[in-house]
Amino acid sequence: MNIPTWLDALIAAMLLIGAIVATLGSLGLARMPDFYMRLHGPTKASTLGVGCTMLGSLLYFSTSGEGIRVQEVLITVFLFVTAPVSAHVMAWAALHRRVHCSANTRHPPWPEMDRAPVTEHAASSAPAGDKESAD
Amino acid sequence: MRAFQQLRYWWPRPQFSVFLLVLWLLLMNTLSPAQILTGAFLGWLIPFSIQQFWPERPQLRKAWRLLPYLVNLLWDILKSNVMVAWLIMRSPARLQPAFIRYPVTLTNEFALTILASTISLTPGTVSTGLSPDHKTLLIHALHVVDEDALIRHIQTRYEQPLKEILG
Repeated sequence: MNIPTWLDALIAAMLLIGAIVATLGSLGLARMPDFYMRLHGPTKASTLGVGCTMLGSLLYFSTSGEGIRVQEVLITVFLFVTAPVSAHVMAWAALHRRVHCSANTRHPPWPEMDRAPVTEHAASSAPAGDKESAD
Repeated sequence: MRAFQQLRYWWPRPQFSVFLLVLWLLLMNTLSPAQILTGAFLGWLIPFSIQQFWPERPQLRKAWRLLPYLVNLLWDILKSNVMVAWLIMRSPARLQPAFIRYPVTLTNEFALTILASTISLTPGTVSTGLSPDHKTLLIHALHVVDEDALIRHIQTRYEQPLKEILG
C-alpha cells in the first residue's frame, strides 16, 4: 500500500475532476431551457466525468499491489459506446413526439421530418414516424 | 460448401465470439476454467441469437487503422467537455442552438454509426436523426454561430478519415 505522493495527488486530481465534470453535467441538465439542449450536458459529462473517476480508480488499484486491473477501462469503453446511442435514441424519440425546442433554435426540423420520403427502410424501421405524420 | 454454410449458421461470427470470450475474461479478471467455459458459451450464444438482427457482416479488416482516429477523438472529447462546461456556466439565454442538416456521403453503415456517435461525443453537437435515405444527418448544436464552418469541420476531421479507413 505504498503509494508515492505524486501518484496520490494524481489520483485525487482525477477523482476531483471527475466529480466537477459530473456536477457541471447535472447543472446543465437543470439549467438548459429545452429537451434537446439538456441532452448535451449528460452525454458529455457522463463520458468524461466517469472516465476521469475510472482512471483514478484504475491508478489506485493498479498501484496498491493487487496487480493491473482493466475493468475500469472496459467500463469507460462501454460508456463511450453507449452514451451517444442513448442520446441519439432519446433525441429521435423527442423529434417524433414533437417535443418543443426553445424559440431561438434555428431551423426546427418538423416540416421536413413530416414529409420524410417513405422508402422500404423507413417503412420497416420507423413505423412510429409514419403514424405521427398521418395525424 | 453445405457444411461450411451450416457452420456459418451455428457459429456466425468467429472473431466476435473470440472477442466476447476475451472481454468476459477481462471483466472477470481471471483465467479459471469455469469462467473460460462461461465466456466461451456466451461468446457462442450472443452472436448466434442476434444474427437475425444483424444481417450484414461489417468489414473490419482495416479496423486497426481506427486507432489514430480514436486518439484524435479522445482529445476532441476533452476539448468538447471544457467547451460545454463553459457554455453551461454562462447564461443559457445567450446560447444560439440550431438544428443542422449534415449531408452524409458515407455509405458504409458501420462508418455511419461511428460518425453519428462521434458527433454526439464532440463539441456541443448531438446527432438526432438520420433521414430514411441515409443522405442527411440531423444534428442538434448547443451553440453555433457559423453553421457552414461546423459542417466543414465534421467533414474534414471525421468523415474524410472514416471514409479512408473504412471505405
